[in-house]
Amino acid sequence: MAPVGKPVTLFLQTFGQQDTHPASAVTKIMIECLLTIFGLALVAPFLHWALRSTTHWFLGAIVAGITTWLALQLPAVASGATLHAAFAWVPALGVNFSLMADGLGLLMALIICGIGTLIVIYAGGYLADHPLLGRFYAYILLFMGSMLGVVLADNIIVLFIFWELTSISSYLLIGFDHERAAARAAALKALLVTSLGGLALLAGLLLMGTAAGSYELNEILTRGDVVRSHTLYVPILILILLGAATKSAQFPFHFWLPAAMEAPSPVSAYLHSATMVKAGVFLLARLTPALGGTPAWQGSLVAIGAITMLVGAILSLSSDGLKRILAYSTVSVLGTLTMLIGIGTLTAIQAAVLYLMAHALYKGALFLLAGSVSHATHLYDADDLGGLARRMPLTAVAGFLAALSMMGIPPLLGFIGKESLYEATMTAASEIGKAGTDHYSTGWTRPIMSLTPLAVAAHMLLFVVVVRVGVRPFLGRSRPSAHPPQEVSPSLWLGPLVPAVVGIIGGLLAGNVGSLIVAPAVMAVRGEPHEAAPLALWHGLTPELALSALTLFGGLILFAARRRLVQAAASLSRLADWGPDAGYDRALATLNLAAKTQTRVLQNGYLRWYLLTVLSVTVLLVGYPLIEHMELPEIKNLSDIWHFELMLAAMTLISAYAAVRATTRLGAVAALGAVGYSVALIYVYYGAPDLAMTQFLIETLMVILFVLVFYHLPPFSIFSGRAARLRDTLLALAFGAMMTMLILTTRANQSQPRISEYFVEHSLTEAHGRNIVNVILVDFRAIDTLGEITVLAVAAVGVFALLKLRRSAKKEEMR
Amino acid sequence: MNLVLAVVVGGLYAAGLYLMARRSVVKLIIGLCLIGHASNLLIFVSGGLTRGRPPLIRPGAETLTAPYADPLPQALILTAIVIGFGVLAFAMVLIHKVYVAVGSDDLDQMKSTDA
Amino acid sequence: MKSVILSTASRLVHPLLLMFSVFLLLRGHNEPGGGFSGGLMAASAFVLHALAHDAQTARRALKVQPQTLIGAGLLAALAAGIVALAIGEPFLTGSWTSFHMPGLGEWTLGTPLLFDVGVYLVVVGVSMLIILSMAED
Repeated sequence: MAPVGKPVTLFLQTFGQQDTHPASAVTKIMIECLLTIFGLALVAPFLHWALRSTTHWFLGAIVAGITTWLALQLPAVASGATLHAAFAWVPALGVNFSLMADGLGLLMALIICGIGTLIVIYAGGYLADHPLLGRFYAYILLFMGSMLGVVLADNIIVLFIFWELTSISSYLLIGFDHERAAARAAALKALLVTSLGGLALLAGLLLMGTAAGSYELNEILTRGDVVRSHTLYVPILILILLGAATKSAQFPFHFWLPAAMEAPSPVSAYLHSATMVKAGVFLLARLTPALGGTPAWQGSLVAIGAITMLVGAILSLSSDGLKRILAYSTVSVLGTLTMLIGIGTLTAIQAAVLYLMAHALYKGALFLLAGSVSHATHLYDADDLGGLARRMPLTAVAGFLAALSMMGIPPLLGFIGKESLYEATMTAASEIGKAGTDHYSTGWTRPIMSLTPLAVAAHMLLFVVVVRVGVRPFLGRSRPSAHPPQEVSPSLWLGPLVPAVVGIIGGLLAGNVGSLIVAPAVMAVRGEPHEAAPLALWHGLTPELALSALTLFGGLILFAARRRLVQAAASLSRLADWGPDAGYDRALATLNLAAKTQTRVLQNGYLRWYLLTVLSVTVLLVGYPLIEHMELPEIKNLSDIWHFELMLAAMTLISAYAAVRATTRLGAVAALGAVGYSVALIYVYYGAPDLAMTQFLIETLMVILFVLVFYHLPPFSIFSGRAARLRDTLLALAFGAMMTMLILTTRANQSQPRISEYFVEHSLTEAHGRNIVNVILVDFRAIDTLGEITVLAVAAVGVFALLKLRRSAKKEEMR
Repeated sequence: MNLVLAVVVGGLYAAGLYLMARRSVVKLIIGLCLIGHASNLLIFVSGGLTRGRPPLIRPGAETLTAPYADPLPQALILTAIVIGFGVLAFAMVLIHKVYVAVGSDDLDQMKSTDA
Repeated sequence: MKSVILSTASRLVHPLLLMFSVFLLLRGHNEPGGGFSGGLMAASAFVLHALAHDAQTARRALKVQPQTLIGAGLLAALAAGIVALAIGEPFLTGSWTSFHMPGLGEWTLGTPLLFDVGVYLVVVGVSMLIILSMAED
């Protein structure tokens, strides 16, 4: 293994940041790679329009180039360097756009871009006849860029944004066949589950950033002790775990992943086995130095992981569809990874990294293969297939290789992965006990001991899966079918074959893979240099080998008894009525019902109910504090009131009452006119001649208008009953009383100087006018007046349009 | 004097709202009109009342001498009166059109959107 | 509702009311009045005409379409603002010029007057458009 040196940090100088480090070409390229992918996503539909059937090769070549560049960085990172790139993004909030590629990030980035290359090429063949292929390229590249952002992010805000972008692009991709209701429902399910988890994650990340005093991951990771001893540690852990568990389909959130199989095969292979679902596991691994090692961390991760591992394996038996079987087995593997990260020993992390790599390769291959097989045969159920090896030899080779890797047979990478998994579960107890000085707790020795049988059992069940999907369809007698199968086009067999072959190369070159890829990733997770035995394909006759053999043997027996197993699993499926999937449906139905109910109650379509609701709420909210703080200074000097004022007030109120009680339309209009003229008199009396004049004129026009319109309207009629009238009277009076009190209170508490003093002072000197009201209208506040006359014009045009429209309708009728 | 006008404003609001809560469209319009008056008066009273001293600068004077009626609420109300006219006219025509379409002046009969 | 008395009276009163409305508009800057009340007064004159005769007659008496008046008014108000922009002041800043008119004394004219004329025209146009459309309906 390469000696671990001091991390070399390279900084990119941008946006005028005064940094003493020279801008590095290497780190600049990292940002450019990301931008290239997002840029390609933008232009992909146009590109497809221009290139037609060669688009996928073109896009694949570019992504392959990025993969190659990433692979070239491996030696530097293996020697301990961390690639860094940062520029100020929202400096006011202390948010930098910063990227970081350490061993873990680079491994994930390689998987994303490497498998991404094959997926793009595969999609070109798989969806060749799809009218929206250009859009598919855009979505898949958007996802690729987002996922790359997640694994390379060095700032938790940046991480979160890319995290959510993967959820959104996943939504778009699952619902790609948006004309099918099932696809839409599955897309929504995935989006709701993952974005709810995303919200929890945001809260957890922000709390963690506050606890650590930085939003930069590389700083947070060095302050693990601060975070772990923080009072908010448990809430942070729960929130982040929620985010990771929803994304990585951990029990009880696993149900969205099988549903997501509505997506086209390349999407399932890419998002829902190789990359996106690993984001949660990646996050847990990434945050291990900051959060890991406590009993709470170990306990929750190991428990969730082990349960998910078993539940996924069992559920995979009860399905028939090729892709659903694979989806449940993916759930099982994700649980295994979570469990390994929870165990957290050197062996366990090494196993997690290896297992993650192996799984990405073989499961991606199997998904693509399932797609190719269905593409060629138009059959989707595992038990309907058989004898395809002669017709589709290359696909069959890919299938066998991937299946062998998943079974854990040497010399494939899957073998090493499963060996180290068993080693991790077996040695976990002793390693944790041995490292008494370590911050790892010792309280979990007993449960960790019993993980080995669980892991073996789960893998026996997964053996059945792999035989059903990867082996059986190609062997035996070929079934008669409407579509005689043929070998698929190169873009379709390349996708499954390349990862399967890489799986065997990786197994053969285990030593190099170990030092170049696994060791740096393990170091990034453990956050400290370590001394581990170099990886090798053959360890001799070890207990793990015996367990592997036992797994194979048990798996064969289970496969022989698979019919009875499937029946047993089917009887279990009655439990699903109380499962999380049914819970999701119920929650959604409840939400819809609540929305419907509140809409029916509040948006009932009766104007007076809206009015009464608004009024009563206002009276309650405003009236209560008014009564609390009421002062009535005015009541003391009642002698100030003049008789003329009282008469005016009485006249106004009596006219208003007459308008309310009027039994004829003409009577109501006359009473209304009387109110208007009384108000005009009030304006005259209190020094507002302009208002009075306008009010008189408007009132006159209004009365004429009323007469014109009421001529067409029916006479008054009383619709509401006595009780309703009494209720409305009381509420209206309460509101009136509240307004009266409001005025008295505001008048009693007026301390600010009047704004108008400025206008009074400058009216003549600056605006050459003696009528200050008019000067305000046409000079000081002229822009308001401009707006107001525009409103007037709009109202008039509206009236005109309403009447004109009717006239043209009449003309239509006449024709 | 504030007290008297405050009571007038309250009374106008009460009358207007009572009419607006009726089911007859014609009463709705009259209620709307009363609430317009009430709101204008509300602004007027809130600005403070001064008897018989309009904000007009006398010939020969450079500025006003206190007490004088506050010109700013007056300017606001002036435009509000005219705009109220425009809006009310629009409401009337709209209600008239609805009445022609629905054939009833009972607001409860106008609930359905596809009449 | 044709009435000989009303139609005769309106024929006499109509020009008087119109003149009074212009008077209100022009004196508005210094005395009670202005574009709003002036415009309403003019509208009342035409409404009286419509009541005395009918809407068609009032429309003919108006000479121009009410829509044209609204447009012209808005343009005038806008122009008053743009004058300020043209001489480098913020939008709608008032600018003034004084001159001596033989026999009439010192006159001060400014863009606010143009603005007020715009208000006047809009108010006349809006009132007429609404009332005439309804009366003809």
